[in-house]
Amino acid sequence: MSARPIATTRETAGMPTGRLAVWWLIASEIVIFGGLLASYIMHRLAHDAWSEQAAHTSMPIGAFNTFVLLTSSYFAVLGHKAAEEGDGPRAARMLWLTFAGGAIFLLVKSYEWTMEISHGFTITASTFWSFYYTAAGLHASHVIAGIIVIAIVARSAAKNVDLHRVELVGIYWHFVDIVWIFLFPLLYIAK
Amino acid sequence: MAETVPSHGHEEAGHHEEGWVRKYLFSTDHKIIAMQYMFTGLFMGLIGGFFAYVFRMQLAFPGIEVPLFGVVSPNEYNALITNHGAIMIFWVAMPVLLAAFGNYLIPLMLGCDDMVFPRLNRLSYQVFLLSVVVLLISFFVPGGGFAGAWTMYPPLSSIGAYSLTPLGSTLFVLAVALEFVAFLMGGINFVTTAMNSRAPGMKMYDIPIVVWMIVIASILFMASVGPLIAGAIMLLFDQNLGTAFFDPQRGGDPVLWQHLFWFFGHPEVYVVLLPTLGIVAEIITVFARKKLFAYRTILYTVFATGVLSFTVWAHHQFVAGIDPRMAHVFTVTTLLISIPIAEMMFVYIATLYGGSITLNTPMLWALAFIAEFLIGGVTGIFLGASGEDIYMHDTYFVLAHFHYTFFPITIIGFYAGISYWFPKMFGRMMNDRLGKIHFWGTIIPFNLIFIPLFVLGLAGQHRRIYDFTNYPDLAAYQPVRVLATSALLVMLGFQVVFLYNFIASLIRGEKAPKNPWQANTLEWTADSPPPHGNWKELPTVYRGPYEYSVPGRKSDYWPQNEPA
Amino acid sequence: MNETLDEHYTHEYDVGHHPNYTRIYAILLVLLVISIVGPMIGIRVVTLITAFGIAVVKAYLVARNFMHLNVARRYVTYLVATCLVFMLLFFAGVAPDVMKSEGTQWEKPSWKAAAAAAAAGHTGAGEHH
Repeated sequence: MSARPIATTRETAGMPTGRLAVWWLIASEIVIFGGLLASYIMHRLAHDAWSEQAAHTSMPIGAFNTFVLLTSSYFAVLGHKAAEEGDGPRAARMLWLTFAGGAIFLLVKSYEWTMEISHGFTITASTFWSFYYTAAGLHASHVIAGIIVIAIVARSAAKNVDLHRVELVGIYWHFVDIVWIFLFPLLYIAK
Repeated sequence: MAETVPSHGHEEAGHHEEGWVRKYLFSTDHKIIAMQYMFTGLFMGLIGGFFAYVFRMQLAFPGIEVPLFGVVSPNEYNALITNHGAIMIFWVAMPVLLAAFGNYLIPLMLGCDDMVFPRLNRLSYQVFLLSVVVLLISFFVPGGGFAGAWTMYPPLSSIGAYSLTPLGSTLFVLAVALEFVAFLMGGINFVTTAMNSRAPGMKMYDIPIVVWMIVIASILFMASVGPLIAGAIMLLFDQNLGTAFFDPQRGGDPVLWQHLFWFFGHPEVYVVLLPTLGIVAEIITVFARKKLFAYRTILYTVFATGVLSFTVWAHHQFVAGIDPRMAHVFTVTTLLISIPIAEMMFVYIATLYGGSITLNTPMLWALAFIAEFLIGGVTGIFLGASGEDIYMHDTYFVLAHFHYTFFPITIIGFYAGISYWFPKMFGRMMNDRLGKIHFWGTIIPFNLIFIPLFVLGLAGQHRRIYDFTNYPDLAAYQPVRVLATSALLVMLGFQVVFLYNFIASLIRGEKAPKNPWQANTLEWTADSPPPHGNWKELPTVYRGPYEYSVPGRKSDYWPQNEPA
Repeated sequence: MNETLDEHYTHEYDVGHHPNYTRIYAILLVLLVISIVGPMIGIRVVTLITAFGIAVVKAYLVARNFMHLNVARRYVTYLVATCLVFMLLFFAGVAPDVMKSEGTQWEKPSWKAAAAAAAAGHTGAGEHH
């Protein structure tokens, strides 16, 4: 790996460059999810009948996945704490637990989708299901991206290399968590 | 404090001779990436210009065999105008103005050795290149390139049977989405670099205006493109999975797409406008030898423009049957946004007032931008009023209006920028006489193309029509169309002068000194062209960028890095 | 960003300042349980408050404590808030059109059909109001 430019090490805005960039990334993600969810909400408010279709989503599964993501976020922040204390191996262990959370989330999700699709609730079943699969799918793609990055960071953190990245991937992961915190009531609870 | 640039590993010349591929295709150097963006953008500009030539020929001489193309079929015509629009905005204006000038200028003007994330920068270009490839492939798939207008309104975009380009429309949406991803990565890089990596001593108000403009443009892009990315996913699903997000027969809503598109589409105008405004500001201060008038006011004005630009989008939809109460709101906001832009024009003119003006090629382009963009801006006020827009909507008046904004922004802005920074970029001077010939050969025909189109629009000529001679009341205007097309041919012909000047100057132009224009900003303190890492010792900043003709000083400029 | 940032750069937070993560996590889990139990009561208002009100609280707790918005530079909060405001703006501008089933010179046949079916005495819908 080539040396980082001096530009990367400067902090005129009072915040390490990586963290600043992650926040800008999150800002741009907010409007991606925001546009999709705003579109969904205005459809939902206009269609009382959608509550019947939403009744077919599985709240226990949604709730379990919320629990899984919250727990993985907790591990991510413990990893950040360990990284700050300079304990790379512990940070890596915490990140692998976060990784496991993401993986469980995806496994549960694929089970859930398989059940729904086999009951005929496909992406073309109605506009509600189109939004359901698009919103949850966009979120799941972020989970996939997240666990890949987490795995990369965990490997380097275990060797005490680039420990600041533990925090960066954590912030991103919490954002993915927050998106799900809103998707859960929007898609599962409101009936 | 002296920050010495470390040797850059494999990039260092002394290390070992790296291959051409490694150096120019996989470089992480911001200057090389800027060149990649610029030349890719110019290549796409040639394609977009060629498309304009083909469909203008068809409009002036319906049914003829267009040289280099052949007879234009109706659906080919639709594909040509669709891709002309999309290419010129997404694959010329954005990469050249935002990415090329942004990449080149931000690190150099802020006094750092590179972008903060060089490899993300490279990835951004590679994704952009992929989007170019996907778009180019779409021209050659069965059915041809997308033919449903660059705004991609459903059902033309969502249902292949309507646009007759089922595969082309999918590739088109995919290409646009990839392009957005590339610019999101680039934007994060730009903004982070400008916030965090300024030279020691450079305060917020010491940043050159062009950097501010590019950064604010990037922020506008990042904050507005999200809904359209979501929309592009929905549209791709409508096209390929059979969902009905935008199909009113099956529970969807086509107007939703229009909102998703224009919520991005209108700020996008400012995304490309702001870099050019910045380029013009740099040029007029240097060649008027005067301090930029009201630096802070310009900044506040740009902030105001940026915020307002998020509140005007539905003026593109006045005839789409939107809620009339909302149409009123959007009329008011649209007329409001002309105020900060007009203010900026006045500020630029005030900068010129009393200066000692040098009328060389870059300055001519900068002045032409102010003059021509004013016409575009003023005609926009007509269209912003929802009542009047109902008559004007989708006529050639609209078309002429936005070409009077986008041509100055993209083409004039690029020529201004390249003629000004050419010595820095390539280490040689451009020929000024050829530059002036090219300037007049571009500006005069430009007006002769589009002023007639205003007339045609007022006569009721609608856009996106294959052959106007089929309409009795429009057929009489055929000479006007021939005039516009002839002017286009002349203008395209004069671009050869630029191409010649560019290549000839590159090879045997006069060697450029470090600071040929005696400008203040930091990029002129680096070698021409700057080496990898830009400076041996990174500069420190002592003052603002526009200290020209300061009373009591012998020289009329005062570089930012010169200790007091 | 403002001018003072240049001069007054200090580290935003150091190790000592962290909240008790385990406590925050416990609160989040309790809130999750409430948001699940709330809808079981079956009153629409309670469902909305427990579902969405708690979602906001949970998001706030995560953003504040896990993402460290409480100690991060203030402009980060403004940045995130601005994006959220733009989304509200988007909603406000778009909803008046999208939520209607007909407007000036257009109608959405499927929406009108659905509304008509709901109006024609679909008794099941009543209990949700």
